[in-house]
Amino acid sequence: MHKVYHRIERIAGSVITVKAEGVAYQELAQVTSPQGVSLARVIRIDKEMVDLQVFAGARGISTDSQVRFIGKPMEIPFSDSLLGRVFTGSGVPRDNGPLIEENPIAIGGPSVNPAKRIIPRHMVRTGIPMIDVFNTLVVSQKLPIFSIAGEPYNQLLARIALQAEVDVIVLGGMGLKHDDYLYLRNFLEKNGALSRSVMFVHTASDPIVECLLVPDAALAVAEQFAINGKNVLVLLTDMTNFADAMKEIAITMEQIPSNRGYPGDLYSQLASRYEKAVDFDTAGSITILAVTTMPGDDVTHPVPDNTGYITEGQFYLRKGRIEPFGSLSRLKQQVNGSTRSDHRTIMNTMIQLYASFKETVEKQSMGFRMTAWDQKLLRYGVRFEKEMMDLSVNIPLEKALDLGWIILSDCFEPEETGIPSKMINEYWPKKG
Amino acid sequence: MASIGKITGVNGNLIRVAFEGAVAQNEVAYAKLPSGIQLKSEVIRIRGDYAELQVFEDTTGLKAGDDVEFTGDLLSVELGPGLLGQVFDGLQNPLPRLAEECGFFLQRGKYLCALERDTKWAFTPVAKVGDKLTAGDTLGTVPEGIFKHRIMVPFKVRSSVTVEKIMPAGNYTVEDVIAVLKDADGRTVEAKIMQTWPVKIPIKQYAERLFPSEPMVTQQRIIDTFFPVSRGGTYCIPGPFGAGKTVLQQLTSRYADVDIVILAACGERAGEVVETLREFPELNDPRTGKSLMERTLIICNTSSMPVAAREASVYTGVTLAEYYRQMGLNVLLLADSTSRWAQALREMSGRLEEIPGEEAFPAYLESVIASFYERGGVVRLKDGSIGSVTIGGSVSPAGGNFEEPVTQATLKVVGAFHGLSRERSDQRRFPAINPMDSWSKYEGIINAQKVQEARHILAMGIDVNQMMKVVGEEGTSMEDFVTYLKSEYLDSVYLQQDAYHEIDAACSGERQKYLFDKVYQILKTAMTFKEKENARGFFLKLTQITKDWNRVEFQSKEFKELEEQIFKSVAEVATNA
Repeated sequence: MHKVYHRIERIAGSVITVKAEGVAYQELAQVTSPQGVSLARVIRIDKEMVDLQVFAGARGISTDSQVRFIGKPMEIPFSDSLLGRVFTGSGVPRDNGPLIEENPIAIGGPSVNPAKRIIPRHMVRTGIPMIDVFNTLVVSQKLPIFSIAGEPYNQLLARIALQAEVDVIVLGGMGLKHDDYLYLRNFLEKNGALSRSVMFVHTASDPIVECLLVPDAALAVAEQFAINGKNVLVLLTDMTNFADAMKEIAITMEQIPSNRGYPGDLYSQLASRYEKAVDFDTAGSITILAVTTMPGDDVTHPVPDNTGYITEGQFYLRKGRIEPFGSLSRLKQQVNGSTRSDHRTIMNTMIQLYASFKETVEKQSMGFRMTAWDQKLLRYGVRFEKEMMDLSVNIPLEKALDLGWIILSDCFEPEETGIPSKMINEYWPKKG
Repeated sequence: MASIGKITGVNGNLIRVAFEGAVAQNEVAYAKLPSGIQLKSEVIRIRGDYAELQVFEDTTGLKAGDDVEFTGDLLSVELGPGLLGQVFDGLQNPLPRLAEECGFFLQRGKYLCALERDTKWAFTPVAKVGDKLTAGDTLGTVPEGIFKHRIMVPFKVRSSVTVEKIMPAGNYTVEDVIAVLKDADGRTVEAKIMQTWPVKIPIKQYAERLFPSEPMVTQQRIIDTFFPVSRGGTYCIPGPFGAGKTVLQQLTSRYADVDIVILAACGERAGEVVETLREFPELNDPRTGKSLMERTLIICNTSSMPVAAREASVYTGVTLAEYYRQMGLNVLLLADSTSRWAQALREMSGRLEEIPGEEAFPAYLESVIASFYERGGVVRLKDGSIGSVTIGGSVSPAGGNFEEPVTQATLKVVGAFHGLSRERSDQRRFPAINPMDSWSKYEGIINAQKVQEARHILAMGIDVNQMMKVVGEEGTSMEDFVTYLKSEYLDSVYLQQDAYHEIDAACSGERQKYLFDKVYQILKTAMTFKEKENARGFFLKLTQITKDWNRVEFQSKEFKELEEQIFKSVAEVATNA
């Protein structure tokens, strides 16, 4: 019943134009060319001229390739059998498993009614002290990891995926190096976490359009799990690649760029993805952690800048550690008052002392004489970096707080820390 | 008379429609999906026989050839009792009622009436048969929470009218006719409790606009003392992300000395609105003892909601503000953030393929921003009462750089500028308003001369600090060093406020006058110290006590004790003349 079109009027980048009638905006089409069959979606209608974004890219598409419209927008199958599987952005299996076609759901669905949201109140335990103790991740939070190329951000994501206490993990990879994709998959598989994960992966060599689909597919699936009462953690890496893919398409479509070539709706596009993070009143939740690499380590670059306005804080990953100063979880106040009574004390004291340590290191490097206090700080800083900040440390929050007291008591006298005496009496380890 | 058309093109949320008959600029139309869902849209450009419309919803599924029905009306809001305490989206759909009907998600094409149709309001007539009235004059009142809500002659009425009939006191719904009026040409006009008004046209049914001279106390010391805002004034708060724009706006919405606060959350995080939504009903308005929600109205079009409705939301907000101003009330409109609104304009302009201005913003950006802020102001109404709309807009400049078009266009038209700085927010100095760059053209509650002197000390302190970074503490003279310490003291105990402390979060005008006087006195005291170390120690201690002083009840016993302690210690270091 669907008409087949045989004449392609224009091909530019991954966008093709056909003359067609009765085509709906965002409708899918099948494009058959000598290179094979690919899906495409309608992104502009101008009278009878219809622009389509070809998921597999336009390479090899000839002017007489076939275009057949399917009559429905982009959908992704949803069922519990997705768990443990790996797909491309358009929902085609990447592993050797069977194709899943049941229960299709639309991607990029409507936004949650703000009146149905609740104030977040549960923490997500990750076993990473720099997160749990110092910048607690909260259910329904959206947090980016600002990093630069070469940092172990995918390793960090993999560790969080493994350790976080959530029901389902949805991982969206955009522009991943193939090695990184294999690393992530193998890591989850080896540690037995793959069975509660769904992966949507676009590697750097895949067609650019599929990169655009990854976050939508991942979040649509996450949303379904959440509605079914599951607590879902969505990990996205790397959102800068996603933004770059948008830029590429926008430029091909001859849109007027706004800032460094990025389209004017960059903020809205990023926000509509990040805002999928939610804690449903009577169902599950979605928490989003997304890697954003900063080109040239520049936080004012449009992608991290717009992201910062959208998200609820940020983690800076620098030199293999989560930086304690720039990093901020805006929602931590909602939860860290009810974990353990010493949580905030340890958080503030250890960071203040670490800041003093940094000053001392600076003084030392300028050749100033080190006082006894400086020596103490130096000893403290080294232990803090090794036992708390190192990303390989994996201990639950309570153990981390205990460890905090041990480090403090090994390095300082109680009154040097500025901790209120009530806390000292209760928690300061007794020597001997 | 309304026209119809057919879609010929779809590009994102912009549709092109070939139409027959007449179509007006900014007219509302509905695009019909094959499934029967109707999508609200607005005409934004007309060229020959086709019009371009922005659709306030996701356009997925629209086809060339689909029908479009024009309504003949401009984009309007409903005005009447029952608005306060509500939460609307940018098109005035009540969100809580939408949630009841549709569940977790916002359904496209679902529109509800802003005002409940079956609620009865106790109407008391004021006008009498035979009275000669004009648009905006009071016909009667209904109680709405703590306010006497005026029911007025519809703003649309052009000429003067005579009251033919007015309903007696009693309970009426918003759609009931409460008066019949006859205009000069003999046509009858029926006045209902509610009326509608197009959002993009200012309501101007007043006698004259006045100069904004009355300060609006926000209970934030740095604002009220250093960069005051007048009732009916306009101000902007630009700042990079994480500098505390939203916290500052939330505090202002709680403590500002106005009758009604309208929050327009425009393209920002949903989580922030949720905090207001869930917390305000629990909080009491210190002025009335009633829940804060009774004087608050929220327009909420968060970042993931459709972009075109974001553009409408600031206009919806300001129109509702003007409506309550017509009742002789002081209204504060807080728009967070106007940059998102400007970006919505930019997205549309891009789709229209207009020639872009700076950073691809449309060339008309400045005039659009200017005409929005100009809707603020103090007015004398026709009955002599005074009403005002104060507008505070936050701006989110890209990269925190104030040289960008939205900030610059805003600065030209506002009366006060509260620039937030990343540096101050990193140092946890809240509110992070930069005391050197910010300015205000309004008169505050404190003697301007003394404020000027205090600012001068701050400026000198910053200079000394810069110098000290080069020459070190040893190379700085004692006099300079004390100036530096004094400026830091002023900063810590006066400019900064603890937003989370129950007392220090809000400092009343009276207390500010008192505190400023005392701090000023300390700043003016000549002091002698033996060593710089002593000076530093003294000011550290003084800062600590003064901060404690800020945290106790005004004029309480502890307050007096701490004050005494402060001045005793100051007397010890004062230079004996």
